[in-house]
Amino acid sequence: MTKTMPKFLPWLAAGALTLGAALAHAADTIKVGVLHSLSGTMAISETTLKDTVLMLVDEQNKKGGLLGKKLEAVVVDPASNWPLFAEKARELLQKEKVAVVFGCWTSVSRKSVLPVFEELNGILFYPVQYEGEESSKNVFYTGAAPNQQAIPAVDYLMKDLGVKRWVLAGTDYVYPRTTNKILEAYLKAKGVKDEDIMINYTPFGHSDWQSIVANIKKFGSAGKKTAVVSTINGDANVPFYKELGNQGVSAKDIPVVAFSVGEEELSGIDTKPLVGHLAAWNYFMSIKSKANDAFIKDWHAFIKNPKRVTNDPMEAHYIGFNMWVKAVEKAKTTAPDKVIDAMIGIEFPNLTGGVAKMLPNHHLTKPVFIGEIQADGQFDVVWKTKDLVPGDAWSDFLPGSKDIIADWADPKIKCGNYNTVTKTCSGQNYK
Amino acid sequence: MSSRTPSRAGFLALALALLALLGVPSAHAADDGSVRVVLLQLRDADFDGKTELIEKLVTLDHPRIAVILKALSDSRLYYQEEGDRVVIGLGDAADIAIEDAVSGAALGKAGKRDLDRITANNRLRSLIEDRLASLGLASTDPRQRKAAVEAFLRNPDPAGAERLRARLAVETDNELKDLLTTALTLADLASDDAAVRAKAATALGGRLQPELRGPLARMAAEDNDPVAREAARIALTRTEFRLQMLGWAETLFFGLSLGSVLILAAIGLAVTFGVMGVINMAHGELMMLGAYTTWLVQQWLPVNWSLPVAVPLAFLVAALVGIAIERGIIRFLYGRPLETLLATFGVSLILQQAVRSIFSPLNRSVATPDWMSGTILLGPLEVTLNRLVILGFCIAVFALLWLALQRTRLGLEVRAVAQNRAMARAMGVRSARVDALTFGLGSGIAGVAGVALSQLTNVGPNLGQSYIVDSFMVVVFGGVGNLWGTLVAGLSLGVANKLLEPWSGAVLAKILVLVFLILFIQKRPRGLFPQRGRAAEV
Repeated sequence: MTKTMPKFLPWLAAGALTLGAALAHAADTIKVGVLHSLSGTMAISETTLKDTVLMLVDEQNKKGGLLGKKLEAVVVDPASNWPLFAEKARELLQKEKVAVVFGCWTSVSRKSVLPVFEELNGILFYPVQYEGEESSKNVFYTGAAPNQQAIPAVDYLMKDLGVKRWVLAGTDYVYPRTTNKILEAYLKAKGVKDEDIMINYTPFGHSDWQSIVANIKKFGSAGKKTAVVSTINGDANVPFYKELGNQGVSAKDIPVVAFSVGEEELSGIDTKPLVGHLAAWNYFMSIKSKANDAFIKDWHAFIKNPKRVTNDPMEAHYIGFNMWVKAVEKAKTTAPDKVIDAMIGIEFPNLTGGVAKMLPNHHLTKPVFIGEIQADGQFDVVWKTKDLVPGDAWSDFLPGSKDIIADWADPKIKCGNYNTVTKTCSGQNYK
Repeated sequence: MSSRTPSRAGFLALALALLALLGVPSAHAADDGSVRVVLLQLRDADFDGKTELIEKLVTLDHPRIAVILKALSDSRLYYQEEGDRVVIGLGDAADIAIEDAVSGAALGKAGKRDLDRITANNRLRSLIEDRLASLGLASTDPRQRKAAVEAFLRNPDPAGAERLRARLAVETDNELKDLLTTALTLADLASDDAAVRAKAATALGGRLQPELRGPLARMAAEDNDPVAREAARIALTRTEFRLQMLGWAETLFFGLSLGSVLILAAIGLAVTFGVMGVINMAHGELMMLGAYTTWLVQQWLPVNWSLPVAVPLAFLVAALVGIAIERGIIRFLYGRPLETLLATFGVSLILQQAVRSIFSPLNRSVATPDWMSGTILLGPLEVTLNRLVILGFCIAVFALLWLALQRTRLGLEVRAVAQNRAMARAMGVRSARVDALTFGLGSGIAGVAGVALSQLTNVGPNLGQSYIVDSFMVVVFGGVGNLWGTLVAGLSLGVANKLLEPWSGAVLAKILVLVFLILFIQKRPRGLFPQRGRAAEV
């Protein structure tokens, strides 16, 4: 059932010395699984990540492969279907015997494959910002945890823009609900009153935003500076921003800071009415650095389209892939247990400066940027954290997870869900 | 409050043109050199530093200041390392034309990644707008004067109040006089005299400018004079009451607008499902084709002209695809609803993936024409133009379709075949041709609906999916085979949804509407307006 994509063919031809030789010596390749939806609702975001991994594999092969072997990408299509994610993950690990998998976008797809990776002891690199409250031995979280995106963004709004009233708007599923719970607790800890917080959830793909935007306008006209913190996901963003533009909610009156809107999403919107609205990410395409310029150049050459944008999850895969390569070189094998142990402490430079480090809780250190949307669909960085922020798997602002830590390095703990008060490890417990 | 954005932008452009033309003659105009010095400082400054530098630029009397500030506000101001100068970029391409910021001399083209953008943030943009606006109070254009007063409303300061008072004495425009009075009354709220404060608060009660509520609310809570506090409280209550009334009117409009979208999505289905009895699961994808047609048209034509061209083209494209589906698949399956459903569902998946392969899975950006952007005042109610246009468009499409079915030969044949196929054939109606044309008509209308949807939502491969359930809901609720039923059903479902939404939230509102529909269909399986007579028995 492996779907060989058209773009995959030229790679095979170019990447391997000869196609015949590569097939004849299949055992001489290291297989890299790519588990991203190429059809269905999530194809819009995930197809790009599939191409990113193919590009990275291609580049590694040009450098001579890994441990003297060529890398071979195995692409499957879980079709935005959550149970199918688990099936395809099993296929990759059991049938294709891949050494590592890069994949998933939505939290529900990650939760769906988690038992498979833990049962078959595979390695998954998950590249998207998420709600935290998880740390598995078999998963490396290369996207942002809430303290690397949501909390710094709220801090910026509070301190630099003097925001006093908050609208937490999100799509109705686990990531926005958990993130908003964390933010609500955080805001209340900072002295924001109940009546100054408005929480609103909408279904996936919500398209009629008239009354919600009107409500936000009303909420924002109470004389205190108001901002919207948006965890609205996927397709619903376009009609939301269009309605904002049409009802004249400009960023000067009520700024919207989004956690799921990046360059790729903006490329499908007419951005002129949105200038000045904000997004918080750990990477922006517009940031100038030698590494980023080279990455963008390689991407355009690989995808053969100079107009394609780069975004945060792509950088996450870039860092994750290169860390995995370093870990395999360090462990001198692709055996999962050895690589998992070798991963912790591996460092690799970010595209935007600074060095990402894999922490014992399987999260990364990351810089946090706040960008304002520009008329050309890019972001201008208006604020960034002074230092890199270490990812925190278990939020300190939720009563249930305050005392919980994840540590896969300390031989006494070796647990993704360790309660520091009761000194017990529950769930995801691997000795 | 919202019509401000487009008019503000327009005003800024006008103010700039004016300033550039006049050149703001002055006895001691700053020389180019001192402006250049400040601009180079601007490059390295943080946002606090930039605030100071902007204030400094405003005091420098130089004809290019307004142009430079506008460029900074629009993120078009760059630093060019080659030549160590600050330039203004024109256009959006990767290679843009640049001109010297201070002299305005054209400097050819430069690559965007070779230029360092001098960034602005929201605070700076507001500051620039206010500074530019306050220059416009004496302008001959009422829109500029209005923007100047509005800038004062957002940020009242005593010096500004004096300028406004001087202006009020000579102002002739009645609307502006009113706004000026309001602004001056707002300034009175800060008076030292409690009686003046109380009087001003009473005068402001019931006025809807959002800028007024903050100061009033603060006064109602914090003023140390009880009379003034009470006056502010009463004024605030009056404002709230008017806003409440306005809120209801707004909800009604939102409901009608949502209803019009539902009708547009469903009306094509009312023809194919209602009149022909074909369950067409690919209906949503025909809308998607219409939306992609709009996008393609925008690649060739200027945005403002694209929609009138896209409507007939989308009709044609979707109708042709519809006829192909009917001739190729559906005609073999008449009378077998389950197989039709499965086959058309397959077609919908094929169309989706085809679009994904041809146009990429990414959404396409369809721009909104200027004449559909922003808001318009209907009495005290501010409505968004695009929604209003779509509401009107929906009524027009409905009227045309109704006329086509009632007044044309094809319409007559369609109705005859729908009522009794065998008898119609006996009377010489070529039923196969009528079937194809009816299906084409229904599909074409779906394409036209896609043009409207491209203005509201994502243009991507999944566009159709999100509307197919709603469309069936409307047709079934309205009564199969009845156009008027579709109209009434669409509008009432839209209004019901919007009435519920503020009270229950969007997720629950949708669930409640669906539960209501299920109960309704249990009671009246044939919908609001069931077809009567023998035709209904077939």
